[in-house]
Amino acid sequence: MADTITVNGTAHPVPDDPRVSLLDFLRQHIGLTGTKKGCDHGQCGACTVIVNGIRINSCLTLAAMHDGDSVTTIEGLGTPDEPSALQRAFLEHDGFQCGYCTPGQICSATAMLEELAANWPSDASESLEESIAISGEEIRERMSGNLCRCGAYANIVAAIEEVAAGGRS
Amino acid sequence: MRPFQYTRAPSLTEASHLTAGEDTLAIAGGTNLLDLMKLQVETPGQLADINRLGFADIENTDDGGLRLGALATNTETAVHPRVRADYPVLSRAILAGATQQLRNKATNGGNLCQRTRCFYFTNIDQPCNKRKPGSGCGAIDGVAKLHAILGTSDQCIATYPGDMAVALSALGAEARISGDKGERNVPVRDFHCLPGDTPWIENVLEPGEVITGIALPAPVGGTQIYRKVRERSSYAFALVSVAAIIELTDGKFSRADLAFGGLAHKPWHDPRVGKCLLGQPPSDALFDKAADILLEDARGFGENDFKIPLARRTLHSVLAQATEGAA
Ligand SMILES: Cc1cc2nc3c(=O)[nH]c(=O)nc-3n(C[C@H](O)[C@H](O)[C@H](O)COP(=O)(O)OP(=O)(O)OC[C@H]3O[C@@H](n4cnc5c(N)ncnc54)[C@H](O)[C@@H]3O)c2cc1C
Ligand code: SF4
Ligand code: FES
Ligand code: FES
Repeated sequence: MADTITVNGTAHPVPDDPRVSLLDFLRQHIGLTGTKKGCDHGQCGACTVIVNGIRINSCLTLAAMHDGDSVTTIEGLGTPDEPSALQRAFLEHDGFQCGYCTPGQICSATAMLEELAANWPSDASESLEESIAISGEEIRERMSGNLCRCGAYANIVAAIEEVAAGGRS
Repeated sequence: MRPFQYTRAPSLTEASHLTAGEDTLAIAGGTNLLDLMKLQVETPGQLADINRLGFADIENTDDGGLRLGALATNTETAVHPRVRADYPVLSRAILAGATQQLRNKATNGGNLCQRTRCFYFTNIDQPCNKRKPGSGCGAIDGVAKLHAILGTSDQCIATYPGDMAVALSALGAEARISGDKGERNVPVRDFHCLPGDTPWIENVLEPGEVITGIALPAPVGGTQIYRKVRERSSYAFALVSVAAIIELTDGKFSRADLAFGGLAHKPWHDPRVGKCLLGQPPSDALFDKAADILLEDARGFGENDFKIPLARRTLHSVLAQATEGAA
């Protein structure tokens, strides 16, 4: 069986050229351009996708290293008609201006909520062992790998905070 | 990126065999190596993917310690219940580094081997003895804010940029290394090298050697602190960092294991610093004495002169925090 990467539920063959990053594979090989390229060096978070449930920067990994893996991109989280809770919250809170960082922000936040649910501590957590209280400070620290050139941070945090608090459904 | 051949190493023996070749590098998380390959700082002809070799577990050891697989991610390590409970300085150091996305991909082995963030090293148009032996060091008379103040040479003043290894150094952890001549354990304190006349040699790994794990000794308790001073409060490399494991008995220091980041080409561990504290009650004068010993041979290069007082104050502040109420 050929090596494949499953993206949003569909299997695709792994590209032949080993230089292809997971990001370029998504955008150029299978046409999922929702995931964005900002810096291509792990610094901005625009390329954040969820691989086997874990958020990573797709620019700093090779597609060839991901055969058998399951990738979720922004296209896999919701649709314009049926947005995910975070997608809707970003709309309601104006969590963007140009929107370039937004797919990365939303993929990142989606996985971040799972990390919170699993009680993974962050640099902002008071205690490493007790259960973590969700706060603006926790969200900002956990989202520090997603830069927003437009500076929509306040609204991004508000959108995530609402969903993290179990906000409106 | 230059073209390269990608090979998934089928076994540890084969990984050693592959990486013994001059033109082949191991790839784990890829977060440092691919970054440098895009910049053409690293130009391997072949990558040996070691990710599926299995040493990714975190396991209890017979002596009550903990063995961290080299392929366990930084996140898996930082959130592991035993690391959080018994080695909090390690969780804290990892969580203070990079971002969640990067830590989710970065491995413990790759983290130990990460290369310097010197701007001249990462820019192939600049002189750099580490990247291109004999080309000179751009930093010595140039942009040197991140650079070392201890253990420098006239060839290179770069720092080892990582956080995790600083905590591992304070904890007295050992790297487990496998190669064609068998296995060996190297204390993390001895794993990285000073630049000397060979700044391109950054650690003791021989060609073909692969890190398979990191052994933490049985837990020692104490107050454990990782203090990282950086230019913004998240997502920046350390200017200075201090990993400290401190214990007081009857009001006097009975344990003071200290290691420092951002100061040198390796996590800095000077046993004299901790030793001068032992048996003494905490006081400002004593903390100053510890800083005097640490910084006895410190030398700045203009832009990084500030690191000398910063290291002093950071050490002072960490010791004061660790002994709060006792001084
Ligand atoms: C934007 C950004 C910010 C960052 N901030 C921080 C920070 O604040 N603090 C910090 O500590 N780090 C920071 N990092 C660095 C990050 O922690 C490292 O990139 C990561 O730990 C490297 O691990 P890896 O598994 O991805 O290594 P790779 O990139 O796969 O490999 C790195 C090197 O190690 C070698 N190697 C890998 N595994 C082994 C092994 N088992 N045996 C022998 N050799 C091996 C490779 O051949 C390569 O030379 C940052 C990185 C980025 C991109
Ligand atoms: S400090 Fe070291 S890494 Fe930086 S330019 Fe000089 S030789 Fe190169
Ligand atoms: S494009 Fe990947 S982090 Fe910027
Ligand atoms: S909305 Fe423009 S970069 Fe974030």
